[in-house]
Amino acid sequence: MKQSLIVAAFAASAVSALAGDVTGSVSLKGTPPPEKPITPLMADVNCGKASPGTVTTRHFVVGANNGLGNVFVYVKAGLEGKKSEVTAPKAVIDQLGCLYQPYVSGSVAGAAIEFRNSDAFLHNVNFMKSDAGNDTFNFAQGAGSKPIDKVFKNVEVMAKIQCNVHPWMFGYIGIVDNPFFAVTDKDGKFTIKGLPAGKYTLAFKHLKAGEVTQEVEVKDSGATVTAILEVK
Amino acid sequence: MSSRSGTPPPRSLHALAWVTAASAFVLIAIGGVVTSKGVGMAVPDWPTTYGYNPFFFPIDQWTGGIFQEHVHRLAASGVGLLTLVLAVWFQVREPRVWVRRLAWLAFAGVCVQGGLGGTRVLLNGVSVLGIPGSVFFGVLHATTAQLFLALVGSLTLVTSSLWARCTARPANVAAPAGGRAVLAVVGLMFLQLIVAATMRHQHAGLAIPDFPLAYGSIYPATDPDSLHRINQQRMGVVEDSPVTPFQIHLQMAHRVLAVTLVTAVFAVAWRLRRQGRPWSVWGGVWAGLLGAQFVLGAATVWTNKAADLATAHVAVGALSLVVGGTLGLALCGGPRPSLSAFRPCGDDRANLKTAAAMPVSAS
Repeated sequence: MKQSLIVAAFAASAVSALAGDVTGSVSLKGTPPPEKPITPLMADVNCGKASPGTVTTRHFVVGANNGLGNVFVYVKAGLEGKKSEVTAPKAVIDQLGCLYQPYVSGSVAGAAIEFRNSDAFLHNVNFMKSDAGNDTFNFAQGAGSKPIDKVFKNVEVMAKIQCNVHPWMFGYIGIVDNPFFAVTDKDGKFTIKGLPAGKYTLAFKHLKAGEVTQEVEVKDSGATVTAILEVK
Repeated sequence: MSSRSGTPPPRSLHALAWVTAASAFVLIAIGGVVTSKGVGMAVPDWPTTYGYNPFFFPIDQWTGGIFQEHVHRLAASGVGLLTLVLAVWFQVREPRVWVRRLAWLAFAGVCVQGGLGGTRVLLNGVSVLGIPGSVFFGVLHATTAQLFLALVGSLTLVTSSLWARCTARPANVAAPAGGRAVLAVVGLMFLQLIVAATMRHQHAGLAIPDFPLAYGSIYPATDPDSLHRINQQRMGVVEDSPVTPFQIHLQMAHRVLAVTLVTAVFAVAWRLRRQGRPWSVWGGVWAGLLGAQFVLGAATVWTNKAADLATAHVAVGALSLVVGGTLGLALCGGPRPSLSAFRPCGDDRANLKTAAAMPVSAS
């Protein structure tokens, strides 16, 4: 509830005169374990057709220059007293090829998240455990079903969703109290738009590599940040 | 008619008890598949299946995890019906009041068990005593299943000719030794099953991926740095939650208990070996099951929790419990306080031979 109020305050605030984009990249130090083929997916009659070929896990997505994908980047501190009318786009999570797309996404506490099913068969979306007091849910979504909205009322980084019909399907959502977040692409790059000028603590959360934080000062020209996560 | 006089009860009762016990065993194995594959929530509603009466759920929708979960529910309905028939049949044909009560207790047990299964689905996300509902009710559902199987297994025993022969044994014939030891081991085995169910129903994958060592050592470190390294290396396909110190300690407890149980059951079997048939054979079968169970446990780790091996591990565990439980019951002769006519049973000649040589069980 507290987080929801903070978000509401953000939305109602006046526009800050100075704001900039934070761009940057996250890289991985060390060699991650190899990804595993999702053999149950490939063996499934429907899913094998929907995702032909070898499909692997997505624990460490490492791209050019060791850029690390699927890192949830968010402002952890520094927004107190700041004003902005930036709103985060509605998060959309699709069930496609028996995988959640995207694997990692972000949303603001109290905002609706849209779940779609683009597959030609049924999935269920099970959010079964919350460390932050969010309401759990488990709903089925058949082929051709209308999108279904769900709301996480509290901050939770990361909330895990899973399909039990196809139990290798899981995805993660970073729920935060402000709209300033991003998920790194396959090369580890990200952009957070319209952050009011000031000093912040940015957090970089990866499901396997862990979390690091970094101080950053944003001017109206923006800021550039690089972060390193390590696998031991 | 009464087995107190040594006459076995009607064979139909014994046969029905066997069929029910076998069905319960198959049901536990199917439940094991559901948990091993992590598909317990593939059908999010209960008692309906996606809004359908489960018996009319369209077969073309039995896909993926829905298939396993739905089959489990249908099989459970079948076992429930069978147990009702058993209770009614026993009520009509069984002369012993306490056995009739046992049959009705089995029916009550299967109803409770079905309710627990439904509660596990409906309260999946609810916290109970700080424990996620999926774990709390999942463990309860799994352990109650084992108790139900043991109960139905005991019905097969007490309707057998062996039991009738035993209860007709003269009072001056010494009881076979080892009954209390067997029941103590069975108690420990049940504790092991609770530990195992707690591990499985957290759906966290293997807390320790190697065996006989644990992360390359006798006892793994669980400090934050070590855990961070461990979790970075876990590359789960189906189950991929970060492992916690509790899960590692639980897995270690499971291993210690496994070694203890194998040692204890082999010791008991060795002791029973000197008491002649059926005890020697019974003890041998029990020891064989424990040996197989130990190998299956190791293989479950070595194959990164392959679903078929993990399920076989559950099934053999259940079988070990019921074989040990009925052995203990047979040796001790049932719930004596309210059944003063009961006496420890066994092969009289063997008992007579060993009575002088063996310490006599207090039971």
